Amino acid sequence: MSALKSVVRLLAVPALLVAVWWTATEGSTDYFWPPLRTIVGTFDDTWFHGRLTSDVLPSLLRLVAGYLLALVLGIGAGVAIGSSRTLRAVLEPVLEFFRAIPPPVLVPILMLFAGIGDGMKILVIVTGCVWPVLLNTVEGVRALDEVLRDTARSYRLRRGSRLVHLVLPGASPQIAAGARQALSVGIILMVISEMFAASEGVGFTIIQFQRTFAIPQMWTGVILLGVIGVALSALFHLAEARVLRWYTGLRRAQREG
Amino acid sequence: MTMTTADTGTMLEVRHLKKVFQGRGRTVEAVGDLTFKVKAGELVCVVGPSGAGKTTLLKCVAGLLDSTSGEVLLEGRAVTGPPPGMAVVFQEYGRSLFPWMTVRQNIELPLKEKKVPKAERQRLVREALAAVGLSDAADAHPWQLSGGMQQRVAIARAVAYEPHILLMDEPFAAVDAQTRAELEDLVRSLWKRLGVTVLFITHDIDESVYLAERVIVLSSSPTEVLADVAIDLPAERDQLGTRSLPRFAELRAEVYRLVQQAKDGERPSTIGKVAR
Repeated sequence: MSALKSVVRLLAVPALLVAVWWTATEGSTDYFWPPLRTIVGTFDDTWFHGRLTSDVLPSLLRLVAGYLLALVLGIGAGVAIGSSRTLRAVLEPVLEFFRAIPPPVLVPILMLFAGIGDGMKILVIVTGCVWPVLLNTVEGVRALDEVLRDTARSYRLRRGSRLVHLVLPGASPQIAAGARQALSVGIILMVISEMFAASEGVGFTIIQFQRTFAIPQMWTGVILLGVIGVALSALFHLAEARVLRWYTGLRRAQREG
Repeated sequence: MTMTTADTGTMLEVRHLKKVFQGRGRTVEAVGDLTFKVKAGELVCVVGPSGAGKTTLLKCVAGLLDSTSGEVLLEGRAVTGPPPGMAVVFQEYGRSLFPWMTVRQNIELPLKEKKVPKAERQRLVREALAAVGLSDAADAHPWQLSGGMQQRVAIARAVAYEPHILLMDEPFAAVDAQTRAELEDLVRSLWKRLGVTVLFITHDIDESVYLAERVIVLSSSPTEVLADVAIDLPAERDQLGTRSLPRFAELRAEVYRLVQQAKDGERPSTIGKVAR
């Protein structure tokens, strides 16, 4: 019963929006706003006959590669910077500067260094995703509980196990917040990186449709991106709920206690 | 390095310990000149007015804080960082247990770090949990337990570590009176059973007299030892019987008087008593 209720609550607004879109465009003759019926009708033809493996898959692989690389770099550098007062003092202004640069403007420059292949596109994703992960990790490591640190020291935990058993789990709620931001940045950059000098990918395909005035097909691409975003964020929530189960429990206990 | 002055019966020796905190534009002398000894197997309580640098003292002894001058010797060796053979129980039980680990993992982690073999680890964890009466809670997370139970876990972790000396920093200041009495008895019984040396810091005069073989009274900051009171109560203590003994009342009154003197700014030099 409650499961049914939550499904209804989850789908009510999306269903309403689709219904509104459907009825509002039902008799549309506007070239740029084709009826939703037409868009849905072309979905299968547009994506499920080859493009799934030739465009969607490469895009997703680049996204995953760039995102994971950004996680590793961001968490690694974040732990180092968060643990060292000197490193923080030296690097903080520079970090703020780099974070403020929108990654899309770097695409032409990155093309000079990294060419126009997958490497460049992954690099674009990394340069955008790394900042929220990095800055949140720094904050998470800095905010580690003093008593917990003292406990770890008094039991003579070595550097390695301090990292594994204290620093990383202690900062994990903050790291997860950064990783969540980075994921949406990554999806945007996945598309943008394919708008320049690309020959395949979801972003490239959507741009192709625009340029050839294949408007219903273009709309299917937009919808597909939305669906990918929802699916990835659902995956993220699943992973986060597993990793941070202790944190949700702790928070609940603190609220009730 | 051999310390010729450290006689065999001494577990801990604090010599002319001084700790000055350098703040921005002001310096605070938290610990002035502290000297005392704790014999192996003793249970010593340290009391003092609030702000007497009790926690600073504990952190210096634990090797978590460098002293400005003077030295701390544990089993004849100078303490420069957290020494082996020492366990600390902090006041903030909620912040000293790793919330992402279960009770068992919390107790086991220091043992893994000491490279204790697995079977031995499991035995130590089981025995420590049984000793604090929490055998059923091994797979719970700390935040699923009450405050008193969490502090029991912290004590179990310390006990399983098999330290030579156990430092406790106002461990029961944040639990309710009922739990506090139970935990006091737990510390007494563990101390007697394990023969471990205990240095117990508290601001509670009753607690210090009830627990200790010796109470060290600190002056107010900059801290020195104001008095060293031997507690000659019977070894078997219980909350009702011991606390209603006339001798308990006398000792309590004496320690109370000394703490009042400390609050009034009395120093060892002014009352003509010299710290040992």
